[in-house]
Amino acid sequence: MNRIHKLFNTKKDRVLSIYFTAGFPKLEDTLPIMEAIQEGGADIIEIGVPYSDPVADGPTIQESNMVALENGISMKKLFAQLEGFRDKIQLPVVLMGYLNPIMQYGMEAFCKKCQEVGIDGLILPDLPMQQYLDEYKELFEQYGLVNTFLISPQTSESRIREIDEHSNGFIYMVSSHSITGAKAGISEEQIAYFKRVKAMGLQNPRLIGFGISDSETFSKASEYSNGAIIGSAFIKVLKNSKDLKQDIQAYLKEVLH
Amino acid sequence: MIKVDEKGFYGRFGGAYIPEMLHPNVEELRENYESIMASQEFQDEFRGLLKDYVGRPTPLYFASRLSEKYGAKIYLKREDLCHTGAHKVNNTIGQIILAKKLGKKRIIAETGAGQHGVATATVCALMGMECTVYMGEVDIARQHPNVERMKILGATVVPATSGSKTLKDATNEAMRAWINNPVDTHYIIGSVVGPHPYPEMVARFQSVISEEIKWQLKEKEGRENPDIVIACVGGGSNAAGAFYHYYNTPEVRLVAAEAAGLGVSSGKSAATTALGTPGILHGSKTILMQTEDGQVVEPHSISAGLDYPGIGPVHAHLFDVGRGEFVAVEDKDAMAAGIELSKLEGIIPAIESAHALYALNLIEYAKDDVIVINLSGRGDKDLDTYIKWGKY
Ligand SMILES: Cc1ncc(COP(=O)(O)O)c(C=O)c1O
Repeated sequence: MNRIHKLFNTKKDRVLSIYFTAGFPKLEDTLPIMEAIQEGGADIIEIGVPYSDPVADGPTIQESNMVALENGISMKKLFAQLEGFRDKIQLPVVLMGYLNPIMQYGMEAFCKKCQEVGIDGLILPDLPMQQYLDEYKELFEQYGLVNTFLISPQTSESRIREIDEHSNGFIYMVSSHSITGAKAGISEEQIAYFKRVKAMGLQNPRLIGFGISDSETFSKASEYSNGAIIGSAFIKVLKNSKDLKQDIQAYLKEVLH
Repeated sequence: MIKVDEKGFYGRFGGAYIPEMLHPNVEELRENYESIMASQEFQDEFRGLLKDYVGRPTPLYFASRLSEKYGAKIYLKREDLCHTGAHKVNNTIGQIILAKKLGKKRIIAETGAGQHGVATATVCALMGMECTVYMGEVDIARQHPNVERMKILGATVVPATSGSKTLKDATNEAMRAWINNPVDTHYIIGSVVGPHPYPEMVARFQSVISEEIKWQLKEKEGRENPDIVIACVGGGSNAAGAFYHYYNTPEVRLVAAEAAGLGVSSGKSAATTALGTPGILHGSKTILMQTEDGQVVEPHSISAGLDYPGIGPVHAHLFDVGRGEFVAVEDKDAMAAGIELSKLEGIIPAIESAHALYALNLIEYAKDDVIVINLSGRGDKDLDTYIKWGKY
């Protein structure tokens, strides 16, 4: 059974997913960061595949992408780093990336490699639902990869229902009209949106991401969903860290307390 | 047949590869642009402004001294005489009327040379709309007069400081700004790039260029079809406009001049079809300059308007099926062609347009062929570059 399904079968509440950019802050940090996230008590690991033009990302993740590319990360290198990671990591692992680098690697070769190394799912923000259904759905299923769609406060109810119908892992709820980046607090307007989607009674679990940064925002988001995703705030921890393992665990402890 | 399909593809290029956050905006546009553009009310306002505000029709000028030098009948389509100095305004007039009809209150845009930024700031002033223009830091430095023009017109210019700090990055920033302001804001893209329906919509606004060429050439030559149309291609909007009504007239050769920078194999080039491979950039599948790993390569051209690593999907398709002839023009040759036109015809062209002029030296044609060159813009904004270049 896919590890994402297994997770949500047993855990419905306060699911914490942590995003980081592969090859950042140093090229070889990918695996040590994954281990520290697991030891720190998170539930899902999201690895960002660096891209030169990440249009859905704010300055923090843009910068981590640039640094990782300067460090020499590439799709091939990332897969080499991920070779054998399942000896140590039991958490579900999801790759998040833009379509172009994957297209160049070859969509089928990419999916095959994901399955080989033990990836459970994909989040491809610039892959629209229709394109997924027309071109990639069968391929993802063939290689046991769960695809995750995003929704935002602008997404219409009928489209959310359609997305729910075509999802089978979790739905990524973008918390506001925004690109990625940690902001302070969660507004009334956002809460109204969280409640509205919650009341829809979707079949898939929902994780809230973008702007989640600490225990307060994590807990608040979890009240209206099955958990949350932290990205930019975590990247900032990595950026300023002198001791990755220690700082990651201290940060996760704070978020989860 | 060169035609967009209902999913926004020209052959295997195009589409709308956008984050879900942009889906409602792009969908709103896709559902409405054709019916709005077809309405009499829209057409009256659009045509009226093109005539009285932009100064259309622009002349189709027989360049006799240039013709004599090259041994062909060369006509210049004088988009440089449009208000604001380039063809870009044809599109911004169309999109601002559309934005108004969609009830939008704010406009955002990206710009490279600053021509599209100026054309956008201009129509925003005309309509009393708030305007923010994203421009790469490098371009802000090399196109300074246009930055000030935008400010005089009341626009806010926001520097794009990521990546190569040029047009590609300004486009990224504009897309991010649109994600952040999805409800009241319309994004006026400046070329035939971006997610469907932008490439087709912008091409239709620019298609007035070839619409006019047809009747003007008929008046002057007794025929609607030239033998060759030449235009420069950054994203490809002036070329799409000049080619549009000839796409499906195979006897008219369509020549697209790309910027080779310091040379196609110099590592400092923007010759997309020569160096690029299929990929996805700014929401559409097209040909783009990228590494083996799918990272977008930073282009180079002396002309900021051509300094873009991709081309519009329609041009990728014209290239793919062999309908377009693509040539690559180096910085030095474009500069020489710009100076040549200045001396022969008394017209200082934009450096972008000078790339199209130099293409005369790279293609074969018969004596007395009728050639239309789309002179997309005037050289005022490039005076600094001309002065630094010297050799005139
Ligand atoms: C005068 C002129 N010509 C051409 C271009 C290139 O754009 P496009 O290829 O969309 O016509 C620009 C862009 O700024 C321009 O200012």
